Amino acid sequence: MIIKQLSIFLENRSGRINEVAKIMSQNDINMRAFSMAETSDFGILRLIVSNTDKAEEVLRAANFAVMLTDVVCVECPNVSGALAQVLDRLTEQGVFIEYMYAFAEGPVANVIIRPTDVNLCEQILAE
Amino acid sequence: MIWNPAKECMSRDEMHALQSKRLQKLVNYVYHNTPFYRNKMQAMDISPEDIKSIDDIVKLPFTTKQDLRDNYPYGLQAAPSSEIVRVHASSGTTGNPTIVGYTRKDLAVWSEVMARALTSFGVTRDDTFSVSYGYGLFTGGLGAHYGVENLGATVIPTSTGNTEKHIRLIRDLKISGIACTPSYALYLAETLEKMGISKDDINLRIGAFGAEPWTENMRKEIEQRLGLKGYNLYGLSEIVGPGVSYECSEQNGSHVNEDHYYPEIIDPDTLEQLPYGTTGELVFTTLTKEGMPLLRYRTKDLCTLYDEECACGRKSVRMGRIVGRSDDMLIIRGINVFPSQVESVILEMNEFEPQYLLVVERKGNLDTLQVQVEVRKDFFSDDIGRMLAMKKRLADKLKSVLSIAADIKLMEPNSIARSEGKSKRVIDNRMLK
Repeated sequence: MIIKQLSIFLENRSGRINEVAKIMSQNDINMRAFSMAETSDFGILRLIVSNTDKAEEVLRAANFAVMLTDVVCVECPNVSGALAQVLDRLTEQGVFIEYMYAFAEGPVANVIIRPTDVNLCEQILAE
Repeated sequence: MIWNPAKECMSRDEMHALQSKRLQKLVNYVYHNTPFYRNKMQAMDISPEDIKSIDDIVKLPFTTKQDLRDNYPYGLQAAPSSEIVRVHASSGTTGNPTIVGYTRKDLAVWSEVMARALTSFGVTRDDTFSVSYGYGLFTGGLGAHYGVENLGATVIPTSTGNTEKHIRLIRDLKISGIACTPSYALYLAETLEKMGISKDDINLRIGAFGAEPWTENMRKEIEQRLGLKGYNLYGLSEIVGPGVSYECSEQNGSHVNEDHYYPEIIDPDTLEQLPYGTTGELVFTTLTKEGMPLLRYRTKDLCTLYDEECACGRKSVRMGRIVGRSDDMLIIRGINVFPSQVESVILEMNEFEPQYLLVVERKGNLDTLQVQVEVRKDFFSDDIGRMLAMKKRLADKLKSVLSIAADIKLMEPNSIARSEGKSKRVIDNRMLK
């Protein structure tokens, strides 16, 4: 399933992620998953939230550089070997993954994948 | 030792007469050979006959860096190109470098004033002297080089870079003198220590340091770590290069070669000449230059001139340390950097807001420049590779414009403080210690 991810540009400055978390909280938006990619002077915070459009709106209003990115969300069993099966199919079809992260809830694990070709990736996984 | 006692120890009255004679000749020369000055003088309704003594210099027009830029490349050159034997260029703010042409006589004068400076530092024919300013368009390398040759010492043209090899030469060739920027001297000391070589293993005894501002604390540190005595050597490429003024054994200001470069202090706002002992903007007139003679060139350097007699025996006017600038120019590792240069690069790139901050630090012994810029919201990408490529594009452009590498820090939109009126564009943390 293709879903929207929030990408937020952050300077490496203490308290900056907390400010994002606070804005989410003040607007009753639940963060379902997030990952942080960082370099020496800046980072990109990637979020999957309960209300993406609202989150984008309130973050923009608070002057954050924020954008929506299409990512593929795959649900797979939270058992050993499940992820390898998913990735095997993508590798066979030559899908390149820019980054990915996962969150597990009980028997199910959700994997967020940012491939170079979002549609192809979704197509392969839907089969 | 004094290289040229006849000039360096000339009485004030004789110097006044010599300067008066030379100024008259100079004004006549530029009036007839430089349309820029003829037009300026005609607009001010003055002719060469109005200049009867050096005191009449206040009647003459000023020259600014902007004038040099506006008349790029050869507009202020007075000598015909057949007489020009060398050209140097200094970094320009927005693309146009400053081009300075030298005649054979200009080079001879330059070697003469450099030999005066080196002799004043104690350099003799028996010394082996390393010139560690950059060789090339920059005046430092070749200017010092020909001074050392003129004096008769052995010159080792090490230029900049390859510090370890340089240190091996210092040790193995028993190099006794060095000319370089004070920050490079500190870097040299650091590298020496890293290589496990003690200052007792080398023979350095004299350092000629210039091309960037430095402090008494830096002098003490360099002297202690390299085991030499450090002297200030002042100059600027528009006037000639290194050798405009130099310290003596008294180290109480730098003696100006005022038979060639006439110094004045002015109030940068009213442009009125100020008396000796007052701090203001330093102005030079090149009394004997043929290639690109300048009338009352505003250096933008702030300092004080003293005419009290010096215990060293020289009677020339001395200038105190440069205490600041009347513009916003920064000198970083010997290179002139204007915030406007950085601004012009940032304005050319859509990826960034026209907001920036320059942070200059002295890390270890080297000056570093950090440029903080705000990324425009529309140009922010989820792809780290693209963000890093954006950063690199800016770094490359800045490097080609500034001639020194800057560390780029990408900032969030609206994170750099805005202010009404004049924004703070520079934080210079170097001079605090």
